[in-house]
Amino acid sequence: MDMNVKKKKLGLKEKYAHMTRGLDWETSYQPMDKVFPQAKFEGIKIHDWDKWEDPFRLTMDAYWKYQAEKERKLYAVLDAFAQNNGHLGITDARYLNAVKLFLTGISPLEYVAHRGFAAAGRNFPGVGPRVACLMQSVDEIRHAQTQIHAISNYNKHYDGFHDFKHMLERVWYLSVPKSFFDDAFSAGPFEWMIAIGFSFEYVLTNLLFVPFMSGAAYNGDMATVTFGFSAQSDEARHMTLGLECIKFMLEQDPDNLPIVQKWIDKWAWRGIRVLSLVGMMMDYMLPKRVMSWKEAWEIYFEQNGGALFADLARYGIKVPECLTQCSEDKEHISHQAWATFYQYGGAAAFHTWMPNDEEMDWLSAKYPNTFDKYYRARFTYWRDEAEKGNRFYSNTLPMLCQVCQIPMIFTEPGDPTTLCYRESEYEGEKYHTCSDGCQHIFDNEPEKYAQAWLPVHQIYQGNCFPEGTDPTVEGFDPLAAVLDWYHFNNGHDNLDFEGSRDQANFAAWRGMATKNT
Amino acid sequence: MTVAPTDKKETNMAVQALKEYKFPPADAQEKFHGAQLLYVGWDDHLMFCAPFAYCLPPNTPFSELCQKFMPHSFGYHPDWKSVDFSKVTWLKSGQPWQPDMSKTLAELGLKHKDMLRFQTPGLKGIDGSCS
Repeated sequence: MDMNVKKKKLGLKEKYAHMTRGLDWETSYQPMDKVFPQAKFEGIKIHDWDKWEDPFRLTMDAYWKYQAEKERKLYAVLDAFAQNNGHLGITDARYLNAVKLFLTGISPLEYVAHRGFAAAGRNFPGVGPRVACLMQSVDEIRHAQTQIHAISNYNKHYDGFHDFKHMLERVWYLSVPKSFFDDAFSAGPFEWMIAIGFSFEYVLTNLLFVPFMSGAAYNGDMATVTFGFSAQSDEARHMTLGLECIKFMLEQDPDNLPIVQKWIDKWAWRGIRVLSLVGMMMDYMLPKRVMSWKEAWEIYFEQNGGALFADLARYGIKVPECLTQCSEDKEHISHQAWATFYQYGGAAAFHTWMPNDEEMDWLSAKYPNTFDKYYRARFTYWRDEAEKGNRFYSNTLPMLCQVCQIPMIFTEPGDPTTLCYRESEYEGEKYHTCSDGCQHIFDNEPEKYAQAWLPVHQIYQGNCFPEGTDPTVEGFDPLAAVLDWYHFNNGHDNLDFEGSRDQANFAAWRGMATKNT
Repeated sequence: MTVAPTDKKETNMAVQALKEYKFPPADAQEKFHGAQLLYVGWDDHLMFCAPFAYCLPPNTPFSELCQKFMPHSFGYHPDWKSVDFSKVTWLKSGQPWQPDMSKTLAELGLKHKDMLRFQTPGLKGIDGSCS
């Protein structure tokens, strides 16, 4: 009688080895350098790709299984949220503007991250990082899709959610996150990994994700919270990939250190500038606050990031010099950013407003060194003027930083009453930047940033009007033409929250849900 | 605190690239249909979150900038009505600069993308907060 011998099941480690190693071959018809043309031009030297260790040891078959389970749960919650009018459970319709910022400013970047990791996976000659990049690439497109699905429910009821993809390519403030990712994607695969894999996903991700997802939880947005939970386990893997990647580069060759350090310096600063948008969201846009931007910075950057850099010190990595001014900036940037959106609120696809007295007191308590001294008088003046029917909308385009593309709103380190101006010259042309950090980035690669698509300059060149527009006709209204080109629904998507259609609809619908008359 | 412009150091090509990396600047003056960019910021008045960007023909008289364009942009501020242009001091790229109101931008040597700041002694914004 034949014995039915059970085949021995592979252990996790063996399975990982079989499914992530030995999958490639040395090409014979074409030299390897031609098959992997991007592997060397950045100057990073790799001697042994097999030294790549993925601490998660995730294989593709397990990946599909886990992700499918998570997504079944997510879509069940999203369905329930939609069917039960979950949008009426949020704290206040002002909260929706934080979601609009997320959908227009962050979700499209998940899609770019998907493309970027797919490209990095294609371009690395080592199979270990290729598999890891593949999984992250799939994660990122899932995140883009699930975010769009989670948020699409709001599009049925509220303004400003209708055309995020079109807006990303055009709108002045969306050029800030867009240019960040374009900059990374147009670099080589190693710089991409430092830019997105390390600086963004490891150093800064908690400052992006935690505020939005906790903000959603505090403000009754179950759809976004559920998405956040679903993405969280992926984010942990992304952080690990980013850290593994930087350690791998540093261990492979000592010549890699100065290149990696330069990238960390650049991308930490670029990331911090993008996070100004998150800072104002936390301090101004959430009706129910989670914590202040300053507190988030202290926990997630100063403490966690400090421990990380202490760990990397053994490889010779130093804390980027430009970060020294952040301990001062954390007291200012959220107020400066919100003041900017308030005055350019005629050209934003979300609503803005001035904080009420109770909210100003919260800001004073959270920012005892700065809020009353530098910002309260300005905000009170604006609020009083708005009540008199003289709401402030700036009528002239602002000057932008050539690198981060944020208007030149940041103040001089050590002097919060004076704007910070930096100027460089390259091939006879002047370039202006908002900070030492952005100026160093410009001066290191001027030929790259000289091509920046700066929204203000593009408007003045006449490139931001709908096709067929004649700007020379009598009575031409350039702002209306630009908003038309942005696909903004002028009068509904933009302007103050007070008097908006969102405000009126939310009040009416919630009234129907909670009252009998 | 005034900021000195950076040293004009020789910049070699720094971008690491697979091929020759040479592209025209996106904002060369010829793309502005005969006009040039000029940035103007008002010191101690951070109610205007950033300096303004103007796109003006080089033959624009400086007086027109001060009497037509700037009042349109800065006029919302309660300090604006107290601005006395005979007492205003100017900085160009952070250095003291003296304009002649009767001359044009070109005659004053203002180039594409020049940066001006003006200071109005005695005016310190809302409640003296430099707002």
